Amino acid sequence: MKANTLARLAGRALTRNKMRSFLTTLGVVIGVGAVIAMTAIGEGARVRVQQTFEAMGTNMLIVLPGSSASGGMQGGFGSQPTLTWDDLRSIQTELSTVRAAAAVLRASAVVQSEDQNWTTAIVGTTPEYFLIRTWGVAAGHGMTQEDVDSGAKVVLLGQTVVEKLFGARANPVGQVVRIKMVPYQVIGVLLKKGQSPMGSDYDDTAIVPVTTFQAKVQGGLTKFLAGAIFVSAVSPEATSRAQQQIAGLLRDRHRLGPGIDDDFSLRNLSEVASAQSQGTAVLTTLLASIAAVSLLVGGIGIMNIMLVSVTERTREIGIRMAVGGRPADILAQFVTEALALSVGGGLIGVGLGIGIAALLAREFHWPTIIRAGTILVSMGFSALVGIVFGLYPAQKASRLDPIEALRFE
Amino acid sequence: MDASSRRPGANALVELVDVSKIYRMGDVEVLALQEVSLTIAEGEFVAVMGPSGSGKSTLMNIIGCLDRPTSGRFRLAGREMGGLSRSALARVRNEMLGFVFQHFNLLPRTSALENVELPLVYAGLPARKRQARALNALARVGLGDRADHQPSQLSGGQQQRVAIARALVNEPRLIVADEPTGALDSRTSMEVMEIFQELGRSGVTILLVTHEPDIARCAARLLSMRDGRILSDQRQRPLPANPHGVPAGAIEARA
Repeated sequence: MKANTLARLAGRALTRNKMRSFLTTLGVVIGVGAVIAMTAIGEGARVRVQQTFEAMGTNMLIVLPGSSASGGMQGGFGSQPTLTWDDLRSIQTELSTVRAAAAVLRASAVVQSEDQNWTTAIVGTTPEYFLIRTWGVAAGHGMTQEDVDSGAKVVLLGQTVVEKLFGARANPVGQVVRIKMVPYQVIGVLLKKGQSPMGSDYDDTAIVPVTTFQAKVQGGLTKFLAGAIFVSAVSPEATSRAQQQIAGLLRDRHRLGPGIDDDFSLRNLSEVASAQSQGTAVLTTLLASIAAVSLLVGGIGIMNIMLVSVTERTREIGIRMAVGGRPADILAQFVTEALALSVGGGLIGVGLGIGIAALLAREFHWPTIIRAGTILVSMGFSALVGIVFGLYPAQKASRLDPIEALRFE
Repeated sequence: MDASSRRPGANALVELVDVSKIYRMGDVEVLALQEVSLTIAEGEFVAVMGPSGSGKSTLMNIIGCLDRPTSGRFRLAGREMGGLSRSALARVRNEMLGFVFQHFNLLPRTSALENVELPLVYAGLPARKRQARALNALARVGLGDRADHQPSQLSGGQQQRVAIARALVNEPRLIVADEPTGALDSRTSMEVMEIFQELGRSGVTILLVTHEPDIARCAARLLSMRDGRILSDQRQRPLPANPHGVPAGAIEARA
């Protein structure tokens, strides 16, 4: 029999019992709907996490000075300056896996405009910092090496600081702000970066050249680098190797023999990021497999109803066989019906899933992402469910003895 | 053309040689047919009579390619049917045979036209050809104006005429009718028999199973069966079925 004849036949048989057909497909509808909605939520969460970590910086490692241990008191990391400017230069120049490294010094201070003031994190650093953090300017221009070399009194402001000092949407480029009474010219406004994975505001900061920071904010040049070194590896894959190289280099430079603890600490942020991503990926898989189980249950529902249908229509099968329907024709007829049920259910389910995802996005502002691949896979899966669970009842129908079938009451 | 002018044996359509059928029901073997030999020529109108359990239904099922003999040879239109698969037998039914059953066996909630089209669906005919031929077949049984009626909207006699149209639509060599009047009153029975006689006159071979003598007398050849054997094989002058009243022959047989 031709495909269109089969399809029409199936359509007729299923519409004859609309309520039953609908209830039969419901399992697949809910299954596919759940798959679509769940993966949309999972994928949305994964991308959100990924974006958050990307905002922090790419392939990033942070080197912090070590803890000081004096008289049994353990200060936290960074309580003792152990990193030197020479360490930084070595990291910058000697390691193959390092794309860029920058000193990052921090202090909390008040920034004043003409009529407002705001306490924020003052960061002293070099132009590499913006590369490492993939952070550009929204207005004005970025920091140059010249600014660093000359110890220029220039500042780049984060969006939050701009808002507090000049009001939203203001462009303060060219204006003067004071930090610790020293006037700085605003040369640029940074792009909005949002929240860090830990919930702090990236945009609540003012960035000055590291030399200026040492001279005017921290006070006095020191041999030690009283802050952190931010490092960007050449690629995501290279970050763990970069971590090892940096550790080796620093242990070497600090002459730490075997058995002696590191006097610095290394944080691999991409590890944290990938752990987070994996976490959400596991969540997605979990949600999807729960949904797949419900799809399976839907398939069993289809098989059940198809078996009932074959029994009910024994006489019809007998008639079809008597007038020339071959076993293969009968098989095709019932498999097509099961397939129509499952694919029809799948289509409705896709609609339902998209609807649920859209609703969650609108009502709860959950990030949801629906990929074409998910839809294709779940449609394929529901077709498979139809064939697998339709085959047994169809085979049962095709193996009926026409004489027995015609006699069936 | 007159059915009686045909000479049996001239052109054998059905040939059975020593056909036996044994059903196994648990440990018990039931001999439904015992070495039956039979030849039916092209164009014959044969009635088979016998009490229930005489083997007439089994004979009909074997000739109708719905069942296979346990032993013996069965040829249909010169072709050996013995070793054919279920699929091949379905083909043969589709191309060479038409069935009429006691309980009509029409698909419910399906129009007369689509019921009649059914064999052509399996023959793989395109929709337009199917429809034209099905309408033609319905017109032949006098139901050209009921094509869109469903079985539930038709009387018993009309339903059986739809079934006859379905049996006719693929232009079969042989129509096998199993008690076609068994569920009809005597008046409607005669209407249906009139159609069978009409078909017989047009050259279609008919094998009709019945247990009503009135009906059997409409055929030109009468086989009597008992205990899986053919007891007698007689040629008779068929009595014309009269759709407008009870035929004289039927009254005679009852008396």
